[in-house]
Amino acid sequence: MTEGALLQANDIITWRGETCVLDGVSLNVSHGDVVQIVGPNGSGKTTLLRTLAGLALADEGEVYWQGAALHTLRAEFQNELLYLGHKPGISGVLTPEQNLAAFLQLRHAVPDQNALLEALHALGLGERLALPCRWLSAGQQRRVALARLALEPVTLWILDEPLNALDVNGVEWVVSQIETHAANGGAVVFTTHQTMPFNTVQPIRFKLSDAVLGS
Amino acid sequence: MKANTELFRVFSTVLRREMRVSFASWGEGLNPLLFFVMVVTLFPLGVGPEAKQLAAIAPGVIWVCALLAMLMSLDGLFASDHRDGTLEQWVLSGQPLSLIALAKVCSHWLRTGLPLVLMSPLLGVLMNLPAATLSTLAISLLLGTFILSLVGAIGAALTLTVKQGGVLLALLVLPLSVPVLIFGAGAVQAVAEQRSALGQLSLLAAGVMAALALAPIGIAAALRVGVASGD
Repeated sequence: MTEGALLQANDIITWRGETCVLDGVSLNVSHGDVVQIVGPNGSGKTTLLRTLAGLALADEGEVYWQGAALHTLRAEFQNELLYLGHKPGISGVLTPEQNLAAFLQLRHAVPDQNALLEALHALGLGERLALPCRWLSAGQQRRVALARLALEPVTLWILDEPLNALDVNGVEWVVSQIETHAANGGAVVFTTHQTMPFNTVQPIRFKLSDAVLGS
Repeated sequence: MKANTELFRVFSTVLRREMRVSFASWGEGLNPLLFFVMVVTLFPLGVGPEAKQLAAIAPGVIWVCALLAMLMSLDGLFASDHRDGTLEQWVLSGQPLSLIALAKVCSHWLRTGLPLVLMSPLLGVLMNLPAATLSTLAISLLLGTFILSLVGAIGAALTLTVKQGGVLLALLVLPLSVPVLIFGAGAVQAVAEQRSALGQLSLLAAGVMAALALAPIGIAAALRVGVASGD
C-alpha cells in the first residue's frame, strides 16, 4: 500500500474467456493527479476503467479506495465517484434538464437549478433545454452527460472516452474542467484517442500494452 | 444507516423520473392494456356468447390474460436503461440499488398493472360475471399484478443481457406466477359460488408483502451482474 494514494489498483488480472485482457495492472492515483490510460484498441482501457469504478470485477487483484478494499466501502466510494462510460446515461425521452436533475437529485439532494442551467448554457445547450434528448446530436448528448462534471462535487472522475463526438469547443470545455478539478485536489482517470490541449496540468500517461492472447 | 428522508428522496426521484419517461412514451404503455382487452374479448367470440359458460370460465380467462399482459410488458423493463447507460449510473450512484429497483417496479406497475385493474370490472361484465364478484376481481388483480411486477422484474433483470430474452423471461416468470394465478382466479370463483374470498385475498396480500421485502434484493443483485457483464 502506498501512503496517501486515493485510488490504488493492485495486480489486476481480468480474463475474457481465453483472453487475458488485463495482465497484472497496478496503478496509483493521488489527489491532483490526471491519469490518461493509453493503449491501442482492445488493450483493455475500458475494462480497466470499469474495474476501477467497481462496475466490473477483476478475476484477481484488488482495487483500494483511500486504503480500504473497494467492496468494503462501496457506497462511500461511489459518493466520491463520477463515472462516465461509453454510454452517456441519458434518456432520449427526457429533456437535458430532466436527465441531469434526476441524477443530481438521486445522488446529492435537491439540485441547484441555477447552476444546472448555467452549466447547460456554458455547454451551448441553452437553446435546446426543452427538447427531448433523442432529438439532440450525439455530441450534444455527450455534452449533457458531461455537464455533470461541473455540477457534482466529487473527488474522483473516471471518464471513458469523454471526447467522443465532441467538437473543438467541447474538447476545450472538458480540458478546462479537468484542469480546474485537478487544481482543486480532485483526481481524474480518463482515456481518449484525441490530443487534449492541456495548459496547466501534465497528464500522467499510463500505458496498457496489446492484449496478451492465451498465455 | 441512511436517514429515512434520504431514502424517500431516492425512491421519489427515481419514481418521478420513470413516470416522466412513461408519460413521454405513453403509447407503448398502452399496449399491455389493449392486449388484455382484445384477448379477453376474443373469448366470447371463440367460445360462444352463452352466458353461463362465459361466467364459468371468466375468472380464469381474465386472470390468465392479465398475467400474459403483465409478462408482455416486462420484456423491455430494464432494456432501455441498460442501452443508454442509465443502469450503470444507478449501480454507481452510491444509493441502494434495491430501492432504485423498487421505484422502477412501482412505476412499471402504475403504468401497466393499475390500468388492467381499472379495466377488469368492465371485462367482468363483458364475460357475464355476477356483479358481486367484480370488486373481488379488481382487488385480486390489484394485489396479484403487483406481485407479478415485482417477481417479473427479477426475471427481466436476469435476462438483461440475453438477446431475445422474452421467451426465457416467460420460462422464468410463469412458474413463479402460478400461485398468484391460482389464488387470484380462486378468489373470484369463490365469490361467484357465494363463498368468502378472504382466504385467497389474504394469501395474495401476504404474497405482496413477501415480494415487496425480497424481490428488490433479487432484482438489484441480478442488475449488478448484468451491468458487470457489460453489453
